[in-house]
Amino acid sequence: MSRANRPATDPSGTPADPAARELLQSIVDVARAIFGAEASSVFLLDEEAGELVFQAVSGQGEEFLVGRRFPADRGIAGWVAASAEPMIVDDLAANASFDRSLAQSTAYVPDAIMAAPLMDGDRVLGVLEVLDPAPQSRSSLSDLDLLFLFARQASVALRIVTERRADPAAAGVGLAPDRRTEAAELVRRLEELLVDTPRP
Amino acid sequence: MTTPSSTADGRELTWSLRGRGPADIPVAAAALPDAAAAATGGTGRGVRVCVVDSGVERDHPVVGPVHGSWVVVKDDDGVRVERTDTGDTCGHGTACAGIVRRVAPECELYSVRVLGERFSGTGDVLMGGLRWAVRQGFDVVNLSLSTTRTRFAEELHALADEAYFTSTVIVASAHNTPVESFPWRFASVVSVGSHHEDDPGLHLYNPRPPVEFFAPGQNVEVAWLGGGTIRTTGNSFATPFITGLAARILSAHPRMTPFQLKSALYLSAANVRLPHAGSGPQAAADGVPQ
Repeated sequence: MSRANRPATDPSGTPADPAARELLQSIVDVARAIFGAEASSVFLLDEEAGELVFQAVSGQGEEFLVGRRFPADRGIAGWVAASAEPMIVDDLAANASFDRSLAQSTAYVPDAIMAAPLMDGDRVLGVLEVLDPAPQSRSSLSDLDLLFLFARQASVALRIVTERRADPAAAGVGLAPDRRTEAAELVRRLEELLVDTPRP
Repeated sequence: MTTPSSTADGRELTWSLRGRGPADIPVAAAALPDAAAAATGGTGRGVRVCVVDSGVERDHPVVGPVHGSWVVVKDDDGVRVERTDTGDTCGHGTACAGIVRRVAPECELYSVRVLGERFSGTGDVLMGGLRWAVRQGFDVVNLSLSTTRTRFAEELHALADEAYFTSTVIVASAHNTPVESFPWRFASVVSVGSHHEDDPGLHLYNPRPPVEFFAPGQNVEVAWLGGGTIRTTGNSFATPFITGLAARILSAHPRMTPFQLKSALYLSAANVRLPHAGSGPQAAADGVPQ
């Protein structure tokens, strides 16, 4: 991602714009609710630095993770960002070597991770991660489908946040009218997804 | 488009059999295998399998020996392939290699790392790694990856055809979601998706391609970093099952061409009923038309 296309962030990496922050926070809150998970995060890929940056966190680590960075060529999130494929893994707690760099930085070692790429066309913008989903929703292909479906919504949100950087008018006084419509539609579809998706 | 009059190795292209006859093109063929025996008879011995992925961890107890490891590097000088001892950057390649080893325990495993070096240009790096693997003449290449970047489609298609005609079997994962990606869409590769069944040894033929085969890809126990295992889900892990089967078949029938191999995979699939089931109570019980 070029520097010009990065979302506006304060020095810690947090999106500076309150609406952008709220949009991303709602994404991770909804992801956590859908999967009954302990935590959910959105990472932005900083291609230039070769790093993934926590942009929003719901649940475990919410207070201190936003803005933290880790190498984009490591771990499950790294593979998802590089391959543009979603992935589900279980039994991580039993694996002593699991992704120490990330697990230690988050002070939380999950037993299960679901991760999906956030795309803009064929370009990877970032990664959506869901930690320790409820047992009944684990490791089925339908979960993978649901995750990717939801990640599409999250991708739109991340794209909007990213594009606001390049649109000073929109950045000044909240969302531009067309973006407001897009955001409202996004929220409506998220609600539909939550209401209409039967739990396994 | 102009076509060269001869191939790079100096042989003439064969457009027709003008001026020659059947006696000029003898083929010492592998006998047509019994379907079940083809898939169960071999151990992978003598078959060279290359995993093009995130690398493979050295000395992993589930993976066993790795005969050679390379990494694709991209810098200002372009894309090149170098020997490496860096192992695996995320576990995915190790997981795939472990499945190949389980299915074909005596095959020779090789690794080419195309992920985890530098972030940009992953399409170029994937192309570079796959091209190198094909030109090294590996018998089977496991590719639990695809690219959605259409600008690579034509080049990948040509490479997949080159592999097909030089007897390198590319076994490629279908994308986990219904998006267009490559090279699994091409007929010259063996494409694989996941089925939901619990049987860890079950593979199925899909009568409605482009995905041609289904293999276990749900909640699969796989090798992971640090000598351990995890469980995971996805087409990535169904693919090395078919790669392992291909290695087994090739170890029993080394002269098989990719199209014969695909046929053997088809004939040994659990949902493909053979006409020799004929008549009788078992055939009737199996629902074979009489």
